[in-house]
Amino acid sequence: SLVTKQIKIRPNLRIHIIDFDDENNIINKNVLLHQAGEIWHIAASPADKAVITTCYNKTSDSRVVSCAAVWRMPSDWDSGSHESPDDSAHNAQTLELLCHLDNSAHGNAACVLWEPMGDGKRVISLADNHALLWDLQESCTQATVSSTATLEGKGQLKFTSGKWSPHHNCSQLATANDTSIRGWDLRTMSQIYCIENAHGQLVRDLDFNPNRQYYLASCGDDCKVKFWDVRNVQEPVKTLEEHSHWVWSVRYNHSHDQLVLTASSDSRLILSNMVSISSEPFGHLVDDEELSEGEDNHQEEKSKEPLKDNVVSTYEEHEDSVYAAEWSSADPWLFASLSYDGRLVINRVPRALKYSILL
Amino acid sequence: MAAHFLCCGGFFWSDFSMDPEGSMLDESGRRRKVHGMLKLYYGLNEEGKAPEQPQSLDPCDINGPHFDPELYLNKLRRECSLGELMDHETCMVKQIRSLDSDMQTLVYENYNKFISATDTIRKMKNDFKKMEDEMDCLSANMAAITDFSASISGTLQDQHAQITKLSGVHTLLRKLQFLFELPARLNKCLELQAYAQAVSSHRRARCVLQQYSHLPSFKGIQDDCNAIMEKLAQELRQKFRDGGTSAKDLSECVELLLQLDEPAEELCEKFLSHARSRLEQDLQGLEAEIKPHLPIPAVKEAATCRSPSTAALGSPKDSPKMLSLPSPTPNTDILEFIDRGCNEFVSSLCLVITSYQELFINHAQTGELASKNIPQMANNKLKAFVDDLAARYFSLVERRIQEEKGVSDNSLLVRALDRFHRRLQAVSKLLPGSTVPNQGTEIVIRAATERVKQYLTALQSFYMDSLTDVRQALATPRLSVAAASVAGGGAHLGGAASGRDAPNSLPELLSSLSASILNQIKSVLASVHLFTAKDITFSNKPYFKGEFCSQGVRENLVVNFIRFVCQSSRQFCESAGDKGGSTPPALLLLLSRLCLDFETSTISYILTLTDEQFLVQHQNPITPVTTLCGEAREAAQKLLNHYVKVQGLIISQMLRKSVETRDWVNTIEPRNVRAVMKRVVEDTTSIDVQVGLLYEEGVRKAHSSDSSKRTFSVYSSSRQQPRYAASYTPSAPMDTNLLSNIHKLFSERIDIFSSVEFNKVSVMTGIIKISLKTFLECVRLRTFGRYGLQQIQVDCHYLQMYLWRFVSDENLVHFLLDEIVGSSAHRCLDPCPMEQSVIEVICERG
Repeated sequence: SLVTKQIKIRPNLRIHIIDFDDENNIINKNVLLHQAGEIWHIAASPADKAVITTCYNKTSDSRVVSCAAVWRMPSDWDSGSHESPDDSAHNAQTLELLCHLDNSAHGNAACVLWEPMGDGKRVISLADNHALLWDLQESCTQATVSSTATLEGKGQLKFTSGKWSPHHNCSQLATANDTSIRGWDLRTMSQIYCIENAHGQLVRDLDFNPNRQYYLASCGDDCKVKFWDVRNVQEPVKTLEEHSHWVWSVRYNHSHDQLVLTASSDSRLILSNMVSISSEPFGHLVDDEELSEGEDNHQEEKSKEPLKDNVVSTYEEHEDSVYAAEWSSADPWLFASLSYDGRLVINRVPRALKYSILL
Repeated sequence: MAAHFLCCGGFFWSDFSMDPEGSMLDESGRRRKVHGMLKLYYGLNEEGKAPEQPQSLDPCDINGPHFDPELYLNKLRRECSLGELMDHETCMVKQIRSLDSDMQTLVYENYNKFISATDTIRKMKNDFKKMEDEMDCLSANMAAITDFSASISGTLQDQHAQITKLSGVHTLLRKLQFLFELPARLNKCLELQAYAQAVSSHRRARCVLQQYSHLPSFKGIQDDCNAIMEKLAQELRQKFRDGGTSAKDLSECVELLLQLDEPAEELCEKFLSHARSRLEQDLQGLEAEIKPHLPIPAVKEAATCRSPSTAALGSPKDSPKMLSLPSPTPNTDILEFIDRGCNEFVSSLCLVITSYQELFINHAQTGELASKNIPQMANNKLKAFVDDLAARYFSLVERRIQEEKGVSDNSLLVRALDRFHRRLQAVSKLLPGSTVPNQGTEIVIRAATERVKQYLTALQSFYMDSLTDVRQALATPRLSVAAASVAGGGAHLGGAASGRDAPNSLPELLSSLSASILNQIKSVLASVHLFTAKDITFSNKPYFKGEFCSQGVRENLVVNFIRFVCQSSRQFCESAGDKGGSTPPALLLLLSRLCLDFETSTISYILTLTDEQFLVQHQNPITPVTTLCGEAREAAQKLLNHYVKVQGLIISQMLRKSVETRDWVNTIEPRNVRAVMKRVVEDTTSIDVQVGLLYEEGVRKAHSSDSSKRTFSVYSSSRQQPRYAASYTPSAPMDTNLLSNIHKLFSERIDIFSSVEFNKVSVMTGIIKISLKTFLECVRLRTFGRYGLQQIQVDCHYLQMYLWRFVSDENLVHFLLDEIVGSSAHRCLDPCPMEQSVIEVICERG
């Protein structure tokens, strides 16, 4: 089975498409040139795997401006996988620009979010203190702002990160600015909750639990990863303090939400098993039918005690700060991490854990 | 001849006894012999001389009793020669002659006595004759008298019977008269209020009246009497009920009523209810003393709140006195209150118990009432009564004790409790089975535990106040290191009222803080120790000997306080953890050192002190010293880590702002080290001094004499031109970072926010690590122009020159600075580094 992993390399002008062939353990690399500028954020359309958005820095007149744009990858990029990785650099192809998410009026773009599980027609871009909801028309070649929300307050407020909630019919957005996390209702573009001082310092990343609609993970410069129930924003549900420096990225596994990946500038990637706040706090619920077929000792293992949260493993392959971690969209047991020195590491969930979750 | 001799022997003997001072004393040997012979003759063998017996049986023994002259002669004749016979004869004659003369002498000597004896005997014979005649005469007379007497009594018989009868009638009449007069007498008694007399009179008459009540006249009397007695009883009851009478009167009253067959139960009840009303007055009096303070708790609250702080503000040595000063004094202090309670309530309760027992129990046991189970019933009633009242009294006392919130003079409370407890012992003596003393002890115990709790709170608030003061002292003359070391005089000028004598350097603050804590603990221990003083009655209760010492004082007071100190310290790390703004870092450092000192010495000292003072017997599981020390160490570690984090963040923040707010693409060519870097170095230096005040230097890796130069060359050599160029050529990603990667491979992974050791170098290393890592990460998020990169180069070189001396391993600083310059070169649009020499010139100038 072919697994696609889209990965950004930052700061660079290229996009590497890395294919990982699970059966043969072969990695294929495709390079696409992104000539507009260095990419800070990248996101793929949920509907069309060839369409991506990027946020990039453009240097013009010795000024650095952050922009956002929608791109289409060349149609034959995956055929290039047959070529040897060595010469893939030579036949690098160029991305086709679909449209700019022109937001110069609103400031520098920090990130672009696709509507989760949508039809690839709606994106949100965060730029300085504005959240802009765009409608993409005519196969993404035209973008119009349908509504905006503005964060107002003292000082220069700037969104650093955001996440579109897959729950509530995709009507909610969570954003991070400085130390607080805010929730927005996209229908009215108004704030619905605010976690002040969610982290001691800057909040770096957010992720929604794919199975529990009110659960949200955040990470930041206080070396902590916090899990929130947005219905009660006074106290985090859980706090992890495993990293020894800023945590840059936090990701829930798409199907088994007890698995959480965190990447930190202490050069470590940590995979945690947060069973107690997952959607399956008692482990995998076994059907009666399955039980009757299973052996007796098998049954004993399925005690209904809540399992303990623990760190599954710490990956120390990186030599420099790890800035990104991502689960594979095709294989739930596969994940990749990327560090400053350009090293991409693909790992699998340990077999023992995999079986204990599945069985 | 021998017979004659023998015959005369009887006289000899009797004579001897009559005249012991005979003239033959000179010839004692002979006389004994004679004496012996006489004795022998009369069979007076007093000493049972057995050996003489066989000799005397010999018929030839001339001195023996069985002497046979014939046999003797024959024997002599047969055995002796003529000459011998002649000699024997002469000898014999001589003997006989001497014997004769002896006898003659004796007879002469005693002749007169014989004669007078004979005369006496004769005279006696005559006198007895006369006496016999007189006796005869007497007996005749006696017979006559008997006859005469018999005749007299015969004649007087009738009259005597009559007199007896008359006297009987007389008694009866007198009784009757008494009976008839009884109503009047009773009335009179009633008038005179001589109730006792009335009752005793009535009692005497009652049986008779009862017996003859079928006769109308007696019936009348009885009715009258009963009516009067009813009235009397009424009056007694009235008197009883009035209650104005003294206890003695009252008891008399009760006694009389009991004699009047009043039902005892009712009396008991009445007595008790009467007593109750009086005791309740006492209780109300007591209650009135409590009440006035209830409506003003707010004022009191404020007073209590203020009191520790004022105490803490002053010099800590005086704090016990200070604490006592503003304590909320109610109208009466607790000692007075308890005294009043004891004197009024308890003593009158005792009085009631005694008189009650006297009346209903002891008295009834002896009297005829004993049969009716009265003592039993009375006792039960008394117990219920005492329990009820005591419960109310106790609730009042407890309320009063609870108001004793100010931890002022503990001796007052202890004395009050002692008195309270002591007085209750009297009740226990009077009522052996009563639960009252136990309840009293429980109250004392509760009060003691409450007091211990209050002391704990007081200690805690004292500690918090001291911390506030320390905080103020730290804040007011923006002091610390530079101020203290450079301008010592500035403190004098700027020092406000609090700053005047407040120690304002960290070590002084630390020592004064720990000394004041220790003093406070000591004074609290001394106060609590009063509870176990020898002269306090309840101190020998098992609770105060065991549990109070071990659980109450050691665990609940001392251990809990130590725990509190550790815990509050930890809270500084947690609550203030974000932003780090609320707690001044110097305070964190100070507390960390305080906790460390606690761990090394203070805890064990305090606990030993406690154990010694209270002779704690370790029966219950107690917290061992090591656990507490572990907690303290943990707290110290946490505080120090937090200190590092906060200080690191402050510097980080500066660096971050400086990186984020600058337009690095369009910056001008560097001419100076940026002011921020100077500020960073300054701050680091001051932190170094600050930490150095409280923590030891610590070990650092040996470094070369010209450390900054040597390593700088290494670091600049890795910045060769090819590297910058390579970083943008996609073909050679390995080469670009080769050096840095090799470096990383061989250097240990750096944990940025890791735990530090308790020494200066480790602390400084931690802080610098955090700052530089932030610098690195911020640089990586920016884009640089050529001059931007050069500025970073200058800045890093400057940091390099100053920071290496603070850390344990200078390579760490070099590595991180290397990374920063490397990363900024990476992020540079036009990577063109500055000449090393130029950098050095700029740095040395700045």
